[in-house]
Amino acid sequence: MSKPKIATTSLAGCFGCHMSLLDIDERILELAELVEFHKWPINDRKSFSAQCAVGLIEGGCCNEENVEVLRTFRSSCDVLVSVGDCAIMGGIPAMRNMVPLEECLQEAFVDGPTVHNPTGAIPNDVEIPLLLDKVYPCHEVVKIDYYLPGCPPPADTLWEALVALLTNKPISLPYNLIKYD
Amino acid sequence: MEKVVTFLLDGEVIQGQEGQSIMQAADEAGKYIPRLCAHKDLTPHGSCRICTVLVNGRPQSACTQPIADGILVESETPKVNQLRTDIIDMLFVEGNHFCMFCEKSGSCELQALAYRFGITAPKYPYQFPQRDVDASHPDIFLDRNRCVLCGRCVRASKEVDGKNVFQFVGRGVEKRIAVNSEQGLKGTDAEVMDKAISVCPVGAILKKRVGYAVPVGRRLYDHQPIGTASEEETTE
Ligand code: SF4
Ligand code: SF4
Ligand code: FES
Repeated sequence: MSKPKIATTSLAGCFGCHMSLLDIDERILELAELVEFHKWPINDRKSFSAQCAVGLIEGGCCNEENVEVLRTFRSSCDVLVSVGDCAIMGGIPAMRNMVPLEECLQEAFVDGPTVHNPTGAIPNDVEIPLLLDKVYPCHEVVKIDYYLPGCPPPADTLWEALVALLTNKPISLPYNLIKYD
Repeated sequence: MEKVVTFLLDGEVIQGQEGQSIMQAADEAGKYIPRLCAHKDLTPHGSCRICTVLVNGRPQSACTQPIADGILVESETPKVNQLRTDIIDMLFVEGNHFCMFCEKSGSCELQALAYRFGITAPKYPYQFPQRDVDASHPDIFLDRNRCVLCGRCVRASKEVDGKNVFQFVGRGVEKRIAVNSEQGLKGTDAEVMDKAISVCPVGAILKKRVGYAVPVGRRLYDHQPIGTASEEETTE
């Protein structure tokens, strides 16, 4: 029997959650025994060529590309997990949610004290994914099956959850492994 | 002599004094009932409903409901804990709680309740409301993004400090905490050692220049759920 496949991605995140996954230390070898990493930032595979058992999502949705990637993950992964506070509640990028998008762009590209932008133009190339009005938690865009909070979630949280999922057990995290910071 | 009142809490016989609330009697018997707006040094307020219990099948707030002979009180049941979890979920989505950089994280009563109930994500959509921060006072921050409208500061200022620094204004979703001066906190007689400043259960009222002093791993709720130890662990 072939090993179950896993996919991971970082949407509007900082890769800290992926760092935390690497932080499981030598257990990463055990994990590599258990699963095949089908599509994740380390192999930089661009698209799915097989259905995956588990998808881990870091980061929320701040632009249209994030939404597209998230939807692809939803349809290509049996179980989808929101990993980290950004995926769960938007996190630091969501601090812009209290400011209208226009004002954010104006500050970032025109009015900011360190901005040098003689034409005063706000980038608007077709190559640049359009920003959403707000940063959205993943579960407000697609159905999410499990949540692993933390900024980032402790490595042990990721480990416990993955082992449970891959051995068909329910994820039940002890007190010490549910953290919001 | 005070009259002894006997009642059942989750099937256990509890004895209290006439006039006590269900919460007071439970505390004395070493039974924790989850709470947020209640504070041992302040008059109960009955507003957050986290302390909801079923009294003879009807929901009541344990911090305000007096004990009576023979009542059946349910607290640690799946049904009641689900009500509490829903309230905590609502409190998270209707404010702006960025725990990852909040000075109160690890010692915050709202966060600790969410941990105690094993909440990994709230079930309601996030509101991301616009709330303001008052940093005018030299020693105190007021960050309304994190205020849960528990009213502890209002009561502590009046009852303990003998001042009137905080008050609620507005109604419903517009309700917010206001201070007694048009110049913000700096225009009030608030002082950093006031009871009103230390009783805030969340990171809405903070002392300046003392943030992050306690390292991660040694904060109040890092290892033990809220309510595990004695009542001493609630905010000063
Ligand atoms: S007040 Fe509590 S719940 Fe809110 S951000 Fe701070 S630590 Fe988190
Ligand atoms: S500022 Fe703090 S103490 Fe005052 S009402 Fe808000 S949460 Fe409660
Ligand atoms: S603790 Fe009783 S209503 Fe808030």
